[in-house]
Amino acid sequence: MRVGVLALQGAVREHRRALEKVGVESRVVKTVDDLKSLDGLVLPGGESSTMALLAEGPLLDALRRLSSSGLPMFGTCAGMILLADVVEGRLGSIIGGIDITVARNASGRQVDSFETTLSIDGVGSDVPAVFIRAPYITRLGLGVRVLARHDGVAVMARQGRILVASFHPELTEDLRVHRAFVGMIRELRGEGEPG
Amino acid sequence: MMIEKGTYRVKSGLAEMLKGGVIMDVTTAEQARIAEDAGAVAVMALERVPADIRAQGGVARMADPSKVREILKTVSIPVMAKARIGHFVEAQVLQALEVDYIDESEVLTPADPEFHINKWEFAVPFVCGARDLGEACRRIAEGAAMIRTKGEPGTGNVIEAVRHMRRMNKELRAVLDAPEEELMTIGKEFGAPHSILLAIRDAGRLPVVNFAAGGIATPADAAMMMQLGCDGIFVGSGIFKSADPGGRARAIVQATTHYEDADLIARVSENLGEAMPGIEIATIPEHEKMQTRGR
Repeated sequence: MRVGVLALQGAVREHRRALEKVGVESRVVKTVDDLKSLDGLVLPGGESSTMALLAEGPLLDALRRLSSSGLPMFGTCAGMILLADVVEGRLGSIIGGIDITVARNASGRQVDSFETTLSIDGVGSDVPAVFIRAPYITRLGLGVRVLARHDGVAVMARQGRILVASFHPELTEDLRVHRAFVGMIRELRGEGEPG
Repeated sequence: MMIEKGTYRVKSGLAEMLKGGVIMDVTTAEQARIAEDAGAVAVMALERVPADIRAQGGVARMADPSKVREILKTVSIPVMAKARIGHFVEAQVLQALEVDYIDESEVLTPADPEFHINKWEFAVPFVCGARDLGEACRRIAEGAAMIRTKGEPGTGNVIEAVRHMRRMNKELRAVLDAPEEELMTIGKEFGAPHSILLAIRDAGRLPVVNFAAGGIATPADAAMMMQLGCDGIFVGSGIFKSADPGGRARAIVQATTHYEDADLIARVSENLGEAMPGIEIATIPEHEKMQTRGR
């Protein structure tokens, strides 16, 4: 199995390390060519405004096509913003694919960034999570399943082949969230659909 | 639900998110907007860019809080601001303003002849400059969650940033290759706390991100620093002292991401207009060098 990590900017190294630790080959994705024959794609944390500008053009078109044609994707923090169908204060999605609305920097400025543990459906009841100037999900579409909440706010969700999280599992040594994404790819392949 | 703010993981974590990006010096809200629109991952708020501080002289201090507030309101990306070396009250003020990162910076006139700020006392993370591994380790031991080369700020001349990065890389290799029993003596030679050297050997690299700063003026400068192993780029005077700040900023952002793609760097470097005027380092009197401030 080969999983790409969008590498325009951000926590690329951490995601690759986590993927390799769970036994998956990872590949840096900077261009359309890098997207060929992947089984999944991670969109890391970073600055969503920077990534959106850097992706503009053929890469963004290709990412939109792959998102709508069903490549399994996992977006953390900025990656979640890229995958949301609606971003507050912005016209249209960046890539889109999951029927949610997100508010950028909803958890506040850096002094409000925090660590906690979350209970995540199907992952564990004590998963460490790092929230950095985190976006929150402010609207959930009908087909979207909430996997974790913090303070009543949805912070991890899945719809079909798209998984998103407000926080950074890649900044901890706990590999359960990455295992869950790889499990999701395997489960989707088991259904015999193109991956 | 238990939550913990201001932990070292949260502080260094923000720097991890800035990797592969460009942080731009801005003095006004309008410049901050231009930087954000060009793809900056963060802006650095300050009163005067280093080239002007160098030209005008006098004591350079923290920016006016009203300016910092205006910039905080204008952009959605993280906002950093500079405090003088050792000036812990400027840092307290910047924390009260809720900036996202404080740069304890040699670009401003130092406030303490001997000591840096005890950065562990703050919830806001700090970035500090370093010329070699020992200096980087001392700053980390004081609580810095991000390191950058010092270079020679405001010169548009990349040579000092290259010198500092190469020196750090060389010293890192020495630490990583040494047998355990040599580590204490290496630490003594470098002026590096033993505990941080152990953390380096644990991580196989510096335990926090290391950006390039000081003299970067062109897309090719940025890409070279990335190829030398930096995690990202600070551009001080290089953008807003050039003929076309927006165009140059976008080009440097592109070159920082695609730093190994010479065709792309050639393309984005075309027709950018005049870069900032540069200064030959040898013409700067020793006492006017900014990189020797702090230790």
